[in-house]
Amino acid sequence: MKILVCISHVPDTTSKINFIEDDSKFDSNGVQFVINPNDEFGLTRAMWFKEKQNATINVVSVGGPETEPTLRKALAIGADAAIRVNASTPDGYSVATHLTEVARKGNYDLIIAGRESIDYNGGMVPGMLAAMLDANFVTNCISLEVEGTTAIAIREIDGGKEILSTVLPLVIGGQKGLVEESDLRIPNMRGIMMARKKPLTVVEPESDNSATNSVSFEKPAARGAVKLVEADNIDELINLLHNEAKVI
Amino acid sequence: MSVLVYTESDQGNFKKAALEAASYGKAIADAMGTTLTALTFKANDVSKLGDYGVDKVLNIDSVNDFNAKIYADAIKKAAENESATVVVLSASADSKYIAPLLAVGLNAGYVPNVVATPSNLNPFTVKRTAFTNKAFCNTEISTPIKIVGVSNNSFGIVEKDAAAQIEAFAPNLTTSSTSVTSIDKANDKVTIADAEVVVSAGRGLKGPENWAMIEELADILGAATACSKPVSDLGWRPHSEHVGQTGKPVATNLYIAIGISGAIQHLAGINASKVKVVINTDPDAPFFKAADYGIVGDAFEVVPKLIEKLKVFKAQNA
Repeated sequence: MKILVCISHVPDTTSKINFIEDDSKFDSNGVQFVINPNDEFGLTRAMWFKEKQNATINVVSVGGPETEPTLRKALAIGADAAIRVNASTPDGYSVATHLTEVARKGNYDLIIAGRESIDYNGGMVPGMLAAMLDANFVTNCISLEVEGTTAIAIREIDGGKEILSTVLPLVIGGQKGLVEESDLRIPNMRGIMMARKKPLTVVEPESDNSATNSVSFEKPAARGAVKLVEADNIDELINLLHNEAKVI
Repeated sequence: MSVLVYTESDQGNFKKAALEAASYGKAIADAMGTTLTALTFKANDVSKLGDYGVDKVLNIDSVNDFNAKIYADAIKKAAENESATVVVLSASADSKYIAPLLAVGLNAGYVPNVVATPSNLNPFTVKRTAFTNKAFCNTEISTPIKIVGVSNNSFGIVEKDAAAQIEAFAPNLTTSSTSVTSIDKANDKVTIADAEVVVSAGRGLKGPENWAMIEELADILGAATACSKPVSDLGWRPHSEHVGQTGKPVATNLYIAIGISGAIQHLAGINASKVKVVINTDPDAPFFKAADYGIVGDAFEVVPKLIEKLKVFKAQNA
């Protein structure tokens, strides 16, 4: 089985979010970038397929040279080869277009991307990629088994989950549950050394196909100080929620 | 030119998010000086959609179970049938599953997590959340057809006094080799996605055996239950309840956090909620800086009292 894992290079979850150039651009100064957490669950599940079912894993990211350390980390975790599409990422549509170019050339059986990236939270790249490739698609995926060309996936739905039966080629929007948090791997020294020798190929984009454009950013308005209510004065809390906030 | 909204139903009944999406679609249709058409699948009482501003309903009766690819194809054909230039979807799990497939089908730009009506129709510009609610992003859609995913509880439900014209719709639909083999869902519980109130608890509860009072409090408020990341990692509560940056985002009218200290990732996930109440023993818990109302106190003393007082309040205000 040939697996492609799509990796988004995103600010660490603890990052303070600021903007520059008249609030038109994200300020990456001092920000630590990581593998998008939803992608990391997918990569770890791919490692299981590599170790148990002899799969090979390529990882791909769309972006400038600054994304290469994130791809190297994916190689250190155990991916076999990496591809960087040397393109800017104005929106999910353009990222999906570039990933489609890579996916078509590689004839992958399974493509795993995160359900959404934690920066723009679009949640659209895996679905668009599946539609562009005319592959099957399961998102919010919390469990995946593959046997031959058949796959059984579990999708989280509002208020529960459902089991889906589908066939390869398949695109997955993965998240926590695909593997547990405790199964995530920290690259060891040997992995890091080997990652330096693994191929990281840079390819140029074939087209430019964006559909939306981020014009400006705003931060939420600062909120007022918390109103503290004494623990033995619950009536006051109910009064505030009913008469002031009007939410009960 | 028209606006199309996909109004999702569950066992034939419209979801709250669908009525909000319809209300939102009507506001855009009014701004554009055009009409609003709703697409439904096997829904009951479709004429009710007129109360939320829908001018015309296309109802598909021939499709059985939910399938994202087939539903996306149906919405695409409805959009073509209606010459829609704007398509509105909700933020439900199913709508977010469909939206990217529909976007490719219609060659349309798609913006999810939208919190307001367009600030401008030309260029079409909407405000959405980004960086998991740590910021907003004003986004232009440059394609002829625009797809907007509206956030829960961001616009509200607006009732109108109007009647919708109802048509059966039976397009030729694509097929899919993906099928649902089983569904595991609690039908009697409010889901986080559809809830106006969420009651959430953290490690301060000390163990899964202490969740009965959280569930009772949620019951009284008609709320969904949620939890912090450590609680889901420890297996005290299911993953589906985990709220935060790597879990579910929550955009409710009222969010009550009990025994949750307020890590930055958790606060990001719930930032879009309107009113936040925190109950925590530690007065220095970061959550107090992000909350509207707070009680410094022990959950095991405060929550039972709150339940008791709310029962009285509900009885008086029923």
